[in-house]
Amino acid sequence: MLELKGIYKNYNPGSVNELCLFKDFNFTVQDGEFVSVVGSNGSGKTSMLNIICGSIDVDAGQILVNGEDILHQKDFIRQRRIGRVYQDPSKGTCPSMTILENMSLADNKGKPYNLGRGVNKQRVEEYRDMLRPLNLGLEDKMGVQVGSLSGGQRQALALLMATMNPIDFLILDEHTAALDPKTAEIIMELTDLVVREKKVTTIMVTHNLRYAVEYGSRLIMMHEGNVILDKAGEEKTHVDTEQIMGIFNKISVECGN
Amino acid sequence: MALILSVLEQGMIYGILALGVYITYKILDFPDLTVDGSFPFGAAVTVRLISLGVPAVMTLPVAFLGGALVGICTGLIHVKLKVRDLLSGIIMMTGLYTINLWIAGTGYVPIFNKSTIFDNSVVNAVCPAALSRFKTVIIIFVITMVAKYLLDWYMNTKSGFLLRAVGDNDVIVTSLGVDKGLVKIVGLSIANGLVALSGCIFAQQQRSFEISSGTGAVVIGLASVIIGTSLFKKVTFLRVTSSVLIGSILYKACVALAMFAGIDANAIKLITAVLFLIILVISMDRKGKKVC
Repeated sequence: MLELKGIYKNYNPGSVNELCLFKDFNFTVQDGEFVSVVGSNGSGKTSMLNIICGSIDVDAGQILVNGEDILHQKDFIRQRRIGRVYQDPSKGTCPSMTILENMSLADNKGKPYNLGRGVNKQRVEEYRDMLRPLNLGLEDKMGVQVGSLSGGQRQALALLMATMNPIDFLILDEHTAALDPKTAEIIMELTDLVVREKKVTTIMVTHNLRYAVEYGSRLIMMHEGNVILDKAGEEKTHVDTEQIMGIFNKISVECGN
Repeated sequence: MALILSVLEQGMIYGILALGVYITYKILDFPDLTVDGSFPFGAAVTVRLISLGVPAVMTLPVAFLGGALVGICTGLIHVKLKVRDLLSGIIMMTGLYTINLWIAGTGYVPIFNKSTIFDNSVVNAVCPAALSRFKTVIIIFVITMVAKYLLDWYMNTKSGFLLRAVGDNDVIVTSLGVDKGLVKIVGLSIANGLVALSGCIFAQQQRSFEISSGTGAVVIGLASVIIGTSLFKKVTFLRVTSSVLIGSILYKACVALAMFAGIDANAIKLITAVLFLIILVISMDRKGKKVC
């Protein structure tokens, strides 16, 4: 279980650009939930993910994982049990390394990066088996540099690498936003498959309302640092895109957009 | 003949330096000016040890470790104190000038009558008289190859993978649950270790330590790396480390040709700078522009 308790976050404190994003923000994710997060720009979606992963600091509050406060932990320590896929496909992989090297790197997460051989030849077939269901032909390109792959191929690989090892949370930060509609669809289906298969607790930020409605077991909408809509379980199955769009437009009008 | 030998000798010595610069500049994307200080640092440590009567062969590992320590300092300044990469190097380079003077004693220390890795009882006994003029180049070749293959090996270890990843995309290193700062420090320490090793061999080949020998070392290293990597970009059977070493030899050949053509010896640094500029412009390396 992941709990954000009493989170306070000010951007640029003490300057004219001071922006209070979170004021006593509380949010809880149960184990096994697949939460879709929607909201307009600046509503705090990505900030929330960054706070969980330790990429940005908070002014006050607690982040509890199964009751243990992880606020004092450095970002790289927290991310030992978090898998994260970014909007930018190049962030989840190393462009100058080959697919095989990238997968070997990810495969070793949680184990020491010592002077042992970087590539374990015995694992190559297993990597191929993981790539095959993607239907992108990556299993035949093990020696190709990831930098020469398309955005969709890279993102599929990034998703695979993020979930290769046992993790407590999967964080998806608009991970389909930079892809064309068809590729986005493939990646989204793949995401759903991975989440179901691994039964990993997932938080997905998306601007695609249809994905938010169709996928996941819970839907929340954020606005100005608050959760203004929270539908889970049975309730969520009755939510449709039009309805969400309606609420979305309403808050946008309030903001004067 | 003497000219060719000298080009090969110096090319390979500076090739080791270029391997270090390759790690910081190409892999870590870190313009490391520490090199201008760690190269003479290796030389200073070497002449001091040899003057004290330490066996010459011992200077190699000691210089490497000393250089590694210097690299760790640069890394700590950059990572822990959050000083910009270029400035961390400048701070270390400036500070090392004094430290090098302390270690060596003065700005110029000859070691003409002392035994070096090229001139000691063991080498002289093993080496046949016919090969004596090639003795130096052979020994340098062996050390350079050992350094190259060790680096190639390291780059294919798990730790080496992380090093390659951190320059490529440091976000992923954090995602893997590893402190990216630590990886950078490791990279800087290996790089400066190699640079100091290069300085160590250089001092023994020149049979002296000169405080000014570090000036422009980073430029020579960068030029070698850029020549090597851009010239042999499409040659797949060559490893990058080999390309860098060949780049270094080619660079030294260019400088030697310029000297041979009758250019004033005092103009050497100007030639170095102009040559570097020409190489940068020809190769049109975007990363290169950032350094300037």
